[in-house]
This record gives sequence, structure tokens and C-alpha cells, in this order.
Amino acid sequence: MNHFDVNDIRKQFPVLDQLVYGKPLVYFDNAATTQKPLCVIERERDYYLHENCNIHRGVHYLSQMATEAYENARKTVAQFVNARQPQEIVFTRGTTESLNLLATSLGQLLVNQGDKVVVSAMEHHSNMVPWQQMIQAKKGELLVIRMDKKGVLDLNHYEELLKQKPKIVSITHISNTLGTVNPVKEMVAMAHKYDIPVIIDGAQSMAHQVIDVQDLDCDFYVFSGHKMYAPMGIGGLYGKMEWLEKMPPYQFGGEMVDTVSFEKTTFNKVPFKFEAGTPNVGAALGLETAVKFIQSFDRQEVEAYEDELLRYAIEGLSSVEGMRFIGEAPKRNGLVSFVIDGIHPYDLGTIIDKMGVAVRTGHHCAEPVMTFFGIPGTVRASFAMYNTKEEIDIFVKAVEKAANMLR
Amino acid sequence: MTIKEIQDSIVEEFSMFDDWMDRYVMLIEMGKECPIIDPQYRNDNYLINGCQSRVWLHAELKDGKIYFTADSDAVITKGIINLLIKVFSGQTPADILAADMSFLDEIGLKEHLSPTRSNGLLSMVKQMMLYAEIMNK
Ligand SMILES: Cc1ncc(COP(=O)(O)O)c(C=O)c1O
Repeated sequence: MNHFDVNDIRKQFPVLDQLVYGKPLVYFDNAATTQKPLCVIERERDYYLHENCNIHRGVHYLSQMATEAYENARKTVAQFVNARQPQEIVFTRGTTESLNLLATSLGQLLVNQGDKVVVSAMEHHSNMVPWQQMIQAKKGELLVIRMDKKGVLDLNHYEELLKQKPKIVSITHISNTLGTVNPVKEMVAMAHKYDIPVIIDGAQSMAHQVIDVQDLDCDFYVFSGHKMYAPMGIGGLYGKMEWLEKMPPYQFGGEMVDTVSFEKTTFNKVPFKFEAGTPNVGAALGLETAVKFIQSFDRQEVEAYEDELLRYAIEGLSSVEGMRFIGEAPKRNGLVSFVIDGIHPYDLGTIIDKMGVAVRTGHHCAEPVMTFFGIPGTVRASFAMYNTKEEIDIFVKAVEKAANMLR
Repeated sequence: MTIKEIQDSIVEEFSMFDDWMDRYVMLIEMGKECPIIDPQYRNDNYLINGCQSRVWLHAELKDGKIYFTADSDAVITKGIINLLIKVFSGQTPADILAADMSFLDEIGLKEHLSPTRSNGLLSMVKQMMLYAEIMNK
């Protein structure tokens, strides 16, 4: 186990060590994508230098090695989220693809004309639009769990919605705009009382919290590699085997088939049934390395450090005149979203960008959330384990200076 | 003044600053001086797409010349549109259509010209050109 030392960690992320507009880069857009450590970059590079091959189809040495490596990556990810077996992990391009897969495939299995699906008021578009489109095609109804002005879901309302017998519940673990950590374990248990399966969008949680899918008892858990120090283009979906076996395939093509004739095709077994075409093997190996990188630290220590960063940022920002936090749930993680009275988030983001601070401004792919709070967007600073309090000091000063310029 | 003369004077004004910060202070000032669109036009029909902040633009033809008014909920965006208004307002459609926009490079706003840039300077220029085209007929 590596002792957690942020200075050592930063050495693993060369991209952080650069000047933008002549100022040291402060990278606080980790909720959009995290930077990648050298070990991950080297793993993917190594694959293309020495191992590149198409998998699952060659008898030759390289193909067998690559297949084994890819399947080992699956095992590593399965163990990381505590799945019962590696086959419960389906590799996808990321959260969005996982959710589209589920809306299509699980939708086909469970949702009939006029049926209902539950999402929450704080979903990323990726966990709303696929359900909305599917449910509209079936002339059903999308039910939305309400939240309060602090960004906390109303569980009584959720219970009411469950009584309407929806076929699927799909909710985010951590909100990418508000930082709210939802009580997903409790919400899963509530839905299971009505025999409704629950999907959890883990895009914002995998890098920050220990995920145990058996403990949560969720039916599905979806995530993106690039938000957890892994390369872009890889992510996944955990699903309980009993569901994966029942679900029809999502895409058709090579790899996912068993026998094919012009009259009839039978499909490969889980998880291959859901992995049509050539997968992103190099990125999957990078993901495995990223998982091992995360696991090389005491997770509690990292979590405590990240919590401390968040607390420190909130405290610093609180002193800025006109500060209004968007999302004030008691349980928050990884990010802080805010607006300043009389200042457009875009203006603020533009000015602090010039001071080397990278934050996200806008609606963060959650327009309904902005509508709910009656704002055009927020400024969002999101953290990763390599960020420091010194960076937060720079950020808070930059926000103050920009606010003074803009007022 | 001709478009070229106005552009040159803007370039000169901006070149007095070598710090980006002062340039932005200037843009913010310009934002505050923007000739504001009549409230009746501050609606979706006059909204320019492709901006992270909202920008409304109105144009009117008087004695063969176009006069622009605008507004935005973000002050830097308002500064940028006012910069364009300073250059184009009171000019003929034909002159606007023939204008060379390279002065934007010279004042260090080129980075904002990329089509992926969220403040949509390009969309603003396009919209002004579109007005000029329609009014040129
Ligand atoms: C909560 C949440 N869900 C889904 C997504 C979509 O992830 P991706 O773009 O990697 O598919 C994101 C990314 O911003 C997110 O934050």
C-alpha cells in the first residue's frame, strides 16, 4: 500500500505540470474527465508497442495473449466493484453507452406500451434522454423524483412514484452538477420491495468512493473509465447475471454471436452477447491499470483527503461576496457548484481561465437542474486526488479578482 | 468613419495593453456601453444560437445604413457584440458584406473565433452578415 503523498502523486500526472497563459495550470475540471497517470498511459502505449491484436478470434500467440489480458482486465474491474463474477462486467465506451444499452435492451425486456420509468431531477442528460426517448416511443411516462432547494432527493416522493409500479428506476450515485451523494443503497432497497430493478449511474463516484455492488444490491452500475484516471473510450456496466442472461443483445455483429446462418443467428453468452464488434482493448488494459493505481492507495485516506479539499474550497469560496452555492446537500462529494449574484458564470469562467484555472461553466449536461434553480448555469470546480489546497487558494483568489472585475 | 478606419482605431486602443487583463477590463467596459436592444426584440426570434451565454441582436435599416442593437446576459459577451456593433453599425450592407475581419486577430480575440468556442463570436459575425445580406436586396 502506498502512503498517500500528493506531491508524489502529482509526479505521475505530467499534464498537470504546465503553464497556461503563463500561469501554472490549476485543473479543476475532473468531473468532466480526470487526467491520466503515467502508468496508465504507458500501459496503453505498451499494448500498441508489443501486444496489439484482435481478440477472441485468433489461434495465434499474440491474439491469445491479448485476449487473456482483456479478460484479466474484466476480472480486475469485477473485483474492484465486488461483482460476483467477471462475466457480470460488460465493457462499453462509457456511461452514456452503458445507459443506452440498458434503455434499449432492458427496455425491450421490461417496458411495454404505457409503462413508466423513474429517474431523478438531478440526472445528467445521459441518464435521462435515453429513458425519455424509449418511454416516448412506448407512449409511457417518465416519472421524476423531486428534489429540494438544497439538492436532496425527496424520498417520500420516490416512494409515491414506486407505488405507480414503474418498470425501471435509474438514478445517479453522485450528481455531476450538485455534488449530492444520493442514498442509493436505501433507494435500491425501497425499489426492490416493489420488485423493480435499479440502475445506478456511477460516472462521478468510481474515482472517489469504494463501490461494492453486492452491498448496494443494485441491479446495474454504470461508469466511465476516463473519469477514474483511465483512458477515454472505455467504461462499463455491471449487471446482475440473472438480468444479463435475460436481456436481449443491444448491437449485432461479430463477436457477440454463437452460430450464424442466413436463416438464424444464435448469440454468444454473457458478457460477449453485449460486446459486438472489436472492443477497445488498449483502453481496457489502461482501465485495469487505473483500477490498480486507485487500489494502490488506502482508499479511506484518499477519500478523507478529497473531502478535506472540498471542505476547504467551500470555506474559501464562502467569503466571496454574493456567493450562492448550488447544491448544499449534507452529503456531498468531489465538486462544488456556484453562482455569484449579478455575474454570469460564463464571464467568471472566462476570466479565471486566463488566470490558469480550469473549471467548467454552463449547464453541465443537466439543463433541467438549471431550470429548477432558475439559473443559466453554474461554475463548477471538481477535484481529484492530485489537487492541493494551494491550488484552491489560487482558485479562490482568482474568483475574487474576477468577481471584482465583473461587478 | 469607414469600417477599416474604425477597426484600425480599435486595434490601436487594444494595442495599448499588453496584459490580457486590461483587454478584458476594456471588453467589460464595452459591454456596459452596448446599445441595448428594445425589450420587445429581446426574445427567441432574435437570439443567436451557438453561445453559452444568450445574445440577442436586432438590426434596422435607416437611410441605407444598418443600425444594430443587442444584449446579453454575460457582460464579456456583451462587450464582444458591442465591439462588432462599433465596427458595423451605421455602415451600408454592401460595406459590411465586404468587410475584412482580420482585425480580430490583431486584438487577440482570434481564439474566440473558433467555431467550437462557446461564446460564439463567429455566430455573432455570421448573424450580422446575414442581416446585411437580407438588407442588401
Ligand atoms: C453523472 C454523469 N452521468 C453520465 C455522464 C456521461 O459520461 P460519458 O460522457 O463518459 O459517457 C457523466 C459525464 O459527465 C456524468 O457526470
